[in-house]
Amino acid sequence: MQNRDVTLTPGTKVDRKKLPIWLSRLEGPQTVGSGPGFWSLFVVALIVAALYPLFANDYAVGNTAYFMVWTFMAMGLGVVWGYAGALSFGQTAFFGLSGYAYGVLTINFGSAYGFTLLSLLLAVALGALFALLIGYFMFFGRIRGVFIGIVTLSVTLVLEAFMAQTAGPQWAIGSARLNGFNGMSGMPPLTIPWFDGPILLYAGTSLYYVLLGLVLFCYLGLRMLLNAPFGNVLVAIRENPERAEMLGYDIRIYQMLAFTLGGALAGLSGVLYTAWGQYITPSSMGLMSAALPIVWVAVGGRSDITATLIGSLLVLATFQSLTIYGSQYALVVMGALLLFTVLVTPNGLVLEAMHAIRRLTGGRGQ
Amino acid sequence: MELLAAAFAMFYQFGDAFAFLVIASAGLAVIFGMMRIINLAHGEFIMCGAYVTAVAARTGLPLALAILLGAITAGLIGMLIERLVIRHLYHRPLDSIIATWGISLIATQGVLIVLGSTMAGIGTPLGSVEVGGQTFSAYRLVLMACAGALLIGLYLLFYHTRFGVLARATIQKPETARALGIDTRRVYGLTFGLGAALAGLAGGLYAPTMTMVPTMGATFIVESFVTVVVGGADIFVGAAPAAAILAVIKATLTAGYGQLFGQIGLLVAVIVVIRLLPGGLSAWIKKTGR
Repeated sequence: MQNRDVTLTPGTKVDRKKLPIWLSRLEGPQTVGSGPGFWSLFVVALIVAALYPLFANDYAVGNTAYFMVWTFMAMGLGVVWGYAGALSFGQTAFFGLSGYAYGVLTINFGSAYGFTLLSLLLAVALGALFALLIGYFMFFGRIRGVFIGIVTLSVTLVLEAFMAQTAGPQWAIGSARLNGFNGMSGMPPLTIPWFDGPILLYAGTSLYYVLLGLVLFCYLGLRMLLNAPFGNVLVAIRENPERAEMLGYDIRIYQMLAFTLGGALAGLSGVLYTAWGQYITPSSMGLMSAALPIVWVAVGGRSDITATLIGSLLVLATFQSLTIYGSQYALVVMGALLLFTVLVTPNGLVLEAMHAIRRLTGGRGQ
Repeated sequence: MELLAAAFAMFYQFGDAFAFLVIASAGLAVIFGMMRIINLAHGEFIMCGAYVTAVAARTGLPLALAILLGAITAGLIGMLIERLVIRHLYHRPLDSIIATWGISLIATQGVLIVLGSTMAGIGTPLGSVEVGGQTFSAYRLVLMACAGALLIGLYLLFYHTRFGVLARATIQKPETARALGIDTRRVYGLTFGLGAALAGLAGGLYAPTMTMVPTMGATFIVESFVTVVVGGADIFVGAAPAAAILAVIKATLTAGYGQLFGQIGLLVAVIVVIRLLPGGLSAWIKKTGR
C-alpha cells in the first residue's frame, strides 16, 4: 500500500539477474529500502553494532542485549498485524509459554552437551504449535478484525491467571516448580558447547553477539520471506481478503501460517528473555505486558519490517530511560504515545520518517 | 426439602454467573453492536464507576444513589473521550482498539499514581439469606435482579423509544439515516456515552463485592469479551442467550474446580463457538429463525 511507489532502478534490475532468487528477495515491493544507498547504510549500522561492545561498558552492552531480546516478538507481530492484517493482542501468550517451557526443560535436564540450545528449539516449537492451534480455530472459523484481538487477548490473560495460581509444591513439572505469582527461576543460561568447555551466555558481550547474529538472521530471513510469493499473498489478504480468495488463494492457511510464524518469534523472545534473566513470571503475560509489543510496533510502523525493528529498539530505549524517572509515569507516556501515533501518524513514526528520507533522496536509498 | 435447597444452590450459582456476564458485558456489547468498536478501555470505565461509587458511599450517600453517580460519571467521561478521540477513528476499527488501549494504559497508571495502589472499599450490604442450611449473599440475589432489569431496560430503550429508533437506523444504514436528517454523530456520541455509563454501572454494582485496585477492570475483561464474541454482531439477539449458555459452563466448572477453571472453560467455549458458528449466536439464531 505505502510501498507501491518503490520501483527498482534499471541498474539494480540487471544486478538482480545475477543473484540467486532467494538472495534477490532481500529487496522487493513489500519492504522499504533498496539499492546501494540502503545497503551501505545497513552495513554501516551493522559495523557500528558489531564494534559497540569495544567502546561501551559491560552494563550498557548487557542492556542493549536485553533490548534485542524483545525485537523478535516485535518483528513477529509486524508480520501478523502489519503484513497479514490480523491484529493480535496475545503475542505474550506464546512468549510466556515458550519461556516457561525453556525453564521446565532446562531445570529438569540440565544444560550439558548444549541441551539449552535443544531446549530453545523445543520451547520455540511449542510456542509455534500453540499459535498454530489458536490460529486454526480463529482463521478457519473465519473470524477477523477486532475479534482476533479479543480472542488472543483473552488467551494470554487466562494463561496469566492460570500460571499465577500455580503456587505450592503440587504445581511442579518434574523438578521445576512453577511458583505461582512469583514466577520460575533458577534455570541455566544458554550455553554453546565448545572444545575447552561450554561457553555460558550470561548477560554480557558474548550474549550480545549471539543476539546480534540472531536479529540479523531473522531480519534478513523475514525480508526474503516477505518479498517471496508468501509475503505478497499476505499483503493481498491484508488489502482485500475477498479479492485474494477470488484469485484462488486459501487465505485461511496463509493467515494461520503467518500467525504461527508470529507465535514462534514471540516464543523465541520468551526463551531468550528467560535465559537472559534466569526467571520468568506470569505477569509477562498480563495486560500491561501484552500492550507493550503493540506500542513498539504501532509507534515504529507496522507495515514494514525495518520500521518495526528500528521502532521497537527506539521505544524500548525511551521506555527504559523514562523508567529511571519512575516506571509508573513511563506507562502513562506509552499510552499517550500510542494515542498520538494512532491520531497523528497512523503509519508509525519511524515509517513516516523513512518515507520522508526517501522523498528527500529522490527515491533512492531508504 | 433437601432437593429444593440443592436446586436453589444450583440456581444461585447459575444466576450469579449469568448476572456477572450480563452486567459486565452490557457496556461493551452496546458500543460494539452499535459502532463496531471494541472499547478496550471498558475495564477502566468499570473501575471508574466502582471508584466513584465507593467514594460516594463512604461519604454517606445511599448505595443506590452512589452507584447511579458512578454510572453517570463514567458516562460523561465516555462522551468526552468519544468527542476527543473515538470520533476521528470511525473508519479505522483496528486503530480505535489501539487508541482505547492507550486510554486504558493512561487511566490505569494515572489512577495508580494519583490514588495509590489500593483504596478503602465498601462492605457487601444486605447480609445473607439461609436456604436449607446454606447461606447465600442477599446482595448477589439483588445483582441477579439487576441483570434482568438491565436486559429489559435495554430492550425497551432500543425498541420502544425515539432514541432507540434513531440509533438502530444509524447502525443499519448510516448514510440513509443521515440523509433523513438524523444527526448520526450525536447518536454515536450518546451511544458511546451509554456504553461507558453501563460499564460504570457494572463497576458500581460490583464495587461492594471487590477490592478496589486500579487494575480491577481487568477482572471483567475476559468475561465481557467472551460474551460479546459468542453473542455475535447483533447484540440484541445474541448477548442474552450467550450469557445464559456461558453462565451454565462457568457455574458448572467454577463449582467443580474453582474460579480459574470457570474462566478457562469460557475461553475454550468461545474458541469452539467461533469455529462452529463464525457469526456468533446471533447470526445462527437469525439463520435458523428464517
